Amino acid sequence: MSELSFPGSQATPPRQLDALERAPKQRSYWSDAWVSLLCDRVALAGGILVVLMFFLAVGADWFAPYDPLKQFPEGLTARGAPIEPNAQFLLGTDNLGRDLLSRLIWGGRISLTVSILANLVSLAVAIVVGGAAGFLRGAVDTFVMRTVDIALSFPTLILQIALATVLPPSIGTVIVVISIFAWAYPARVFRGQILSIRERSFVESARSIGASELRIFVRHILPQLLPTIVVYFTIRVPSAILTEASLSFLGLGVPPPTPSWGNMILSGYQLYRQAPWVVLFPGFAIMIAVLGFNLLGDGLRDALDPRERR
Amino acid sequence: MSNYILRRVFWIFLVMFAAITFTFFLTYVIPADPAAQIAGPTAGAREIENIRKDLALDQPVHVQYFNYLGNLLRGDLGRSWMFRRPVSDAILGALPASFMLALAAGIVELLIGAIIGTISAVYRYHWIDRVSMIFALIALSLPSFWFGLILLYVFGFLIPIFPLGGYGGIQHLVLPALAVGIPYSAWYARMLRSSIREILGEDYVRTARAKGQRDFRVILKHVMPNALIPVVTMWGMDLGRFIGGLALVEVIFGWPGLGWQAVQAAKNLDVPVVMGSVLFVSAIMSVMNLIVDIVYGWLDPRVRLS
Repeated sequence: MSELSFPGSQATPPRQLDALERAPKQRSYWSDAWVSLLCDRVALAGGILVVLMFFLAVGADWFAPYDPLKQFPEGLTARGAPIEPNAQFLLGTDNLGRDLLSRLIWGGRISLTVSILANLVSLAVAIVVGGAAGFLRGAVDTFVMRTVDIALSFPTLILQIALATVLPPSIGTVIVVISIFAWAYPARVFRGQILSIRERSFVESARSIGASELRIFVRHILPQLLPTIVVYFTIRVPSAILTEASLSFLGLGVPPPTPSWGNMILSGYQLYRQAPWVVLFPGFAIMIAVLGFNLLGDGLRDALDPRERR
Repeated sequence: MSNYILRRVFWIFLVMFAAITFTFFLTYVIPADPAAQIAGPTAGAREIENIRKDLALDQPVHVQYFNYLGNLLRGDLGRSWMFRRPVSDAILGALPASFMLALAAGIVELLIGAIIGTISAVYRYHWIDRVSMIFALIALSLPSFWFGLILLYVFGFLIPIFPLGGYGGIQHLVLPALAVGIPYSAWYARMLRSSIREILGEDYVRTARAKGQRDFRVILKHVMPNALIPVVTMWGMDLGRFIGGLALVEVIFGWPGLGWQAVQAAKNLDVPVVMGSVLFVSAIMSVMNLIVDIVYGWLDPRVRLS
């Protein structure tokens, strides 16, 4: 009987907390999305492609074996044709005897910079315009949305070509020409999102404690829109890359001798039968960049939209 | 319904008006001088001045703008500054080539997209599905003008089955149609794959199967008609877009279509041709969208037009 004792007479040893009782580990929306992105192998592959491209573009002077503008006397055959890929010029040379690999790496820097800047500009416009429409509603909304409808029915390519022709050729021109027609669609999407965000209770509570409209927009609505912005940024880069390539191919984009993937295809266009590599490699680069951003964008959309999460 | 169409037609005119105004003022903020461009690099100041007078470029902008609108209302698109022929002739002259290419590319994208989309929906999670979707992803990333050059090199030069560009019969049409159609087919493949998968889970498909119908017949008779409804929309819009939007492929293949003509005109600062092309192409796109919406409502009675 001596073993028996009244409850409480002895200090109970500290009990092990079981898993349910432990405070749930805090996982934010973004870290959740990050984990689901890492689990998506296809998106991960796209992400790796994109990171690799950036790596090459940022370290262009490091990775490029030669100066991209240098015309090698030994880079042309006796008859002035480009040289095939060989040990000295890994991807061959172009029509002026310049090293194609070096130009490809530098061209990547230019093409990616142009596409990303153009995208940033057009998304900024889209946020302001779509934000104004969705947040203020009423006449502003009607006006903005009709303008968007009109802008979306324009024959974009012809107008882009006309604009690129009349503006002085420069990288800035390319960015303007791409972004001027690229804001309309994302503006419409952002507006739709904002229309639903603004009806949520946290917006109402912010308003009830006297937050100004601007503060509500910047502090409460924009953060909710951020996932959509991130997704749109990623999935719109490919079209910017393709537009840059198209304009440069027509001689209306990045002015030579600065390499861009588009004007590199142009420089090989005249002699694509004798020297197909001059056209082939920059096109591959465009394809891989576009593929990378597409894969990453699809993955981001799945990861950042919890409703679509598998 | 007629009310709906009327409103849409009004809207089309509004879009065209906006496109014209935008293009017009776009060509006026230009630092370049069309008169000097037309006169050529060797022309003197007198000559340039004469051309400017001749084309009424010496008039104030708003006068030129209203002149243009006035002529437009009378159905006059003006004359090409470069070639001195009526813009309407130039556009109508390029239309058959553009239409042919748009239609051929449309057929290619639809055929390839439908085949790949259906196969990968039916062979869900099979390696065939994987391979098809990888094809779609790669096709989606192809710049069509570059792809056209590669096709030209392989099937025009290395293995000379097709001519190296130019306008003519069906053999000239194959490569440009593939260059446009294959990249775009990927959208159809992806779309059909997901919609067919969804439909395969419907009750009426199970019923058809339960009746003992063969898989092929189920797909053809019960699944396809419903899966193709959204495709019709996309296809109609693609056709509208292709008619004026294939400038680069047309340049590569020397195909004398509207896009190619507009590019040449833009490069030459031949403003009337650019304006005419923009107007015409936006009209075609808007009309195609209208047709698509009407057809969609007719195919899918759940959609009510308003």
